[in-house]
Amino acid sequence: MGPAARAPVVAIFEDSSARPRGTGTGSGAVWDDAPCAVLVVDPSGTVVGANAVATGLLPQAVPGARLEEAVPHWLADAHRRLTASSAPLSGPGEAPGGEAGGRSLRAHPARGGNGDVVWWLLDDTELRLAEDALRGERERTALLAEVSETLSATLNVERCTEAIVRLAVQHLADAAVLIAPAAGRRLPVTHGTPEGPVHGTAEADPETVPGLSEALQGFPPVPSRWIDPALLPDWIMPPRFDGPAGSVVVTPLPGHGVPAGALVLLRRTGHAAFSRSEETFARLFAARAGAALSAARLYAEQAAITETLMRELFPPGLRQVHGVEFAGGYRVSELKEWVGGDFYDLHPAAGPDEESLVVLGDVCGKGLEAAVLTGKIRNTLHALLPMAGDHPRVLGLLNGALVSSHHTRFATLVLASAARVDNHVRLRLTSAGHPPPLIVRADGSVEEADTRGSLIGVLPRIRARTATVELAPGETCLLYTDGITEARGGPLGGDMFGEERLKDALGECAAMPAEAVVERVRMLAGQWVAGRSHDDMAVVAITAPRTVHLSAVDGHTRGRYTT
Amino acid sequence: MTIRTDPASTAAKSAADPHTAGPHAARERLWDAVREGDEYAASEAVFAALDAGTDPEAVLLDVIAPVQRKVGAEWAADRITVAQEHAATAINDRIIAALAHRVRGGARPGAGAGRVTVACVDGEWHALPARLLAEVLVLRGWQVDFLGAQVPVPHLIAHLHRTGPCAVALSSSIPTRLPTAHAAITACQAAGTPVLAGGAAFGPDGRYARLLGADAWAPDARAAADRLGGETPLLPGPRSAHHPVDDLPHLADQEYTMVSRTAPRLVGETMTGLEERFPAMREYTERQRLHTAEDVAHIIDFLSAALYVDDEELFTGFMTWTAQILTARKVPAHSLRPALDLLAGQLQDFPRTTRLLEQAHRALDADSAPAPAPATTPDTTGHGKPE
Repeated sequence: MGPAARAPVVAIFEDSSARPRGTGTGSGAVWDDAPCAVLVVDPSGTVVGANAVATGLLPQAVPGARLEEAVPHWLADAHRRLTASSAPLSGPGEAPGGEAGGRSLRAHPARGGNGDVVWWLLDDTELRLAEDALRGERERTALLAEVSETLSATLNVERCTEAIVRLAVQHLADAAVLIAPAAGRRLPVTHGTPEGPVHGTAEADPETVPGLSEALQGFPPVPSRWIDPALLPDWIMPPRFDGPAGSVVVTPLPGHGVPAGALVLLRRTGHAAFSRSEETFARLFAARAGAALSAARLYAEQAAITETLMRELFPPGLRQVHGVEFAGGYRVSELKEWVGGDFYDLHPAAGPDEESLVVLGDVCGKGLEAAVLTGKIRNTLHALLPMAGDHPRVLGLLNGALVSSHHTRFATLVLASAARVDNHVRLRLTSAGHPPPLIVRADGSVEEADTRGSLIGVLPRIRARTATVELAPGETCLLYTDGITEARGGPLGGDMFGEERLKDALGECAAMPAEAVVERVRMLAGQWVAGRSHDDMAVVAITAPRTVHLSAVDGHTRGRYTT
Repeated sequence: MTIRTDPASTAAKSAADPHTAGPHAARERLWDAVREGDEYAASEAVFAALDAGTDPEAVLLDVIAPVQRKVGAEWAADRITVAQEHAATAINDRIIAALAHRVRGGARPGAGAGRVTVACVDGEWHALPARLLAEVLVLRGWQVDFLGAQVPVPHLIAHLHRTGPCAVALSSSIPTRLPTAHAAITACQAAGTPVLAGGAAFGPDGRYARLLGADAWAPDARAAADRLGGETPLLPGPRSAHHPVDDLPHLADQEYTMVSRTAPRLVGETMTGLEERFPAMREYTERQRLHTAEDVAHIIDFLSAALYVDDEELFTGFMTWTAQILTARKVPAHSLRPALDLLAGQLQDFPRTTRLLEQAHRALDADSAPAPAPATTPDTTGHGKPE
């Protein structure tokens, strides 16, 4: 079919000035000069018109060519779909699009005369590039946000290291190796592999890897450094890394004053080397990783220091000593604190005929400052242990030490010396300004020990009276701080737990083991406050065991149970 | 239960009479001993089972654990006192320590052993189930940090940062601790540590563990240990962005917040209302009044927990359980209905709360026939112990 018969092509243009001039290729139509490519296709699928822009992009698409042979598949397919359906041309949905001649095109169809279809191919290459760049930026931002969130989640050095190599393997390289500053002569090395992180150490000289030594020192600031894969020592190669490394980069992790380590990223041969945008990303990643790792190191150091300093301030574990049961419980007022102004301590007797000394007390105030003074009191009492036979004298010496110290705080406390006599426990109890101990008798009655004394650390001289108490089997003496009795709460919210309720509760505790009494009191007081703020609480139970035997707790001599 | 099959222990087993030394017999003997508060007999029972060749894990889980469950059940049925219950628990705890000492013999876990933290939710006093799990994990070669009962969330998180365990096993038996458990679960996960939840609080099918976003749930210690050491271990590492509010969209209605915040006032007004309905209550002793108030406070605690997880069964289950507890103590349970009515009156602006109260009322009706006003008072309740 000759183009001469194609005159009605222009019928789609309402402007009559656009009539074709009857040239052989249909050029001269108004779309000849259109700023985008235009193809005209007749109902048989033959190209019957193409402007200059179109032939520039699709050199095959000259009049007379079969459309499917002249244009990319996506356009031929779009044309087939269009002619196969009777739907209106500009239906809903995105116009078909694809590549041609190195450009990105969108094809918009219009009806021509004689059932022809006129394809307007709009060039959106620049838009596509901008969209791709935007998507890339968004992905990188989202990734950095994820990286930051992940890395800031843990303050544990090992977990943080694992997270770094895991993320590096996911997003940056085929394998990643994090080398931490040397601990002693060995370098801690964590390999990131697709199977997960592997920790280890290497006895190796960082000087053997170019750039590693500087990166580990964290100073002077050095950029990431590309190194020759052939120079990589064996210890740095990840386990099961198949194939030689194609590209390797050593990246310092900036630790802001704390050496954080270095990250070595490896890609296999065949895998593209790092692009500029990937290098930028790697630098941003390293900055976040370094900050997170140095924070984790600082936290670990501080936690270790705190733990060492506080070890002496924690209440000791109590146990059965020479036929006397001891149990204790402790809870600080502030959830973020670990130690407070309440304390207890046990100095076990050296032999069955000697007394163990328990002290339970309350330093005025809360938190670490009060806790430091509890440590001094415990140390002083330890030194005064040889005089424990005379409680008032011990208290007088302790008072002298506190009055003459720079501390302005004072303390109340109870001393309890306990020894097993036959199947009873004999107690000497002395209160220094402290609530008197409560005695739980076998019949469930509860008595206050008859001891009074002045508080410690205020007046130059103190007075104290010691009470002697015998515990029959199953009876308990309870030492407690006022954090228990002054706990506010209960079902109505604002009531004090009070001594009466404590005595009521203890009335149910006859014949209970010491641990059970302590648990019961702590539980009731804890349920009373039910999550509200409260003072420090400490409680110690001294119990005469109900059955005559040595404790099962330490279990050193199983023969006792089986023979 | 597992029985060692090496020749030495088989010989020991045949030498010992299985009727006095097998897990079943040991269970009977241990129960008798702890009920009497006899630590000596209790340890004899357990150590005899060990000597007869019973696997230590089976001793923990098939002898001690069932006895401890029975302690709770017997308390609920009013066949043992609170004191006996505490004493029995303390004895079981000591025996676990003695058993651990003997079986472990000071052995340290191998260098390749994973490290795991076992802890109870803050406010959770029942440490024994967690303790059993901790010991089972030690037997299976784990390096275990057992933090004990009621661990405040900041302490738990500080521990995770310091030690970096593979996972946290979090135990809670009381559903009223579920909001706290939720805070603990999300905090652990934010610190990159997966959480295995266990204990009665999470529901018999673990539904609340899933709801609160726990990484895994186990119905008992054996299943928990299997899960931790299983083929798809819980791995430490970043969670996908998990925010507590996403777990519980229904909290947007603020009903949980309003009810739990105003609990003391609700208790006060309910008490006043009960006194108006039952003039006999005005003659109550201080202690009786306290116990009644504690019961009402407990109802509100469970109501709050049910609002938190948006699950009616949590609340209706508690109410019918309470009715059984009261009945076991020969206390008429019908004072529960007026309490529900009074609460409904105060909380009528809250549709979810109102629905829960109505459902609990119906559940009580279905559970027992109505009875006249109480002549005696619920003095023996107020144990604050819902399992």
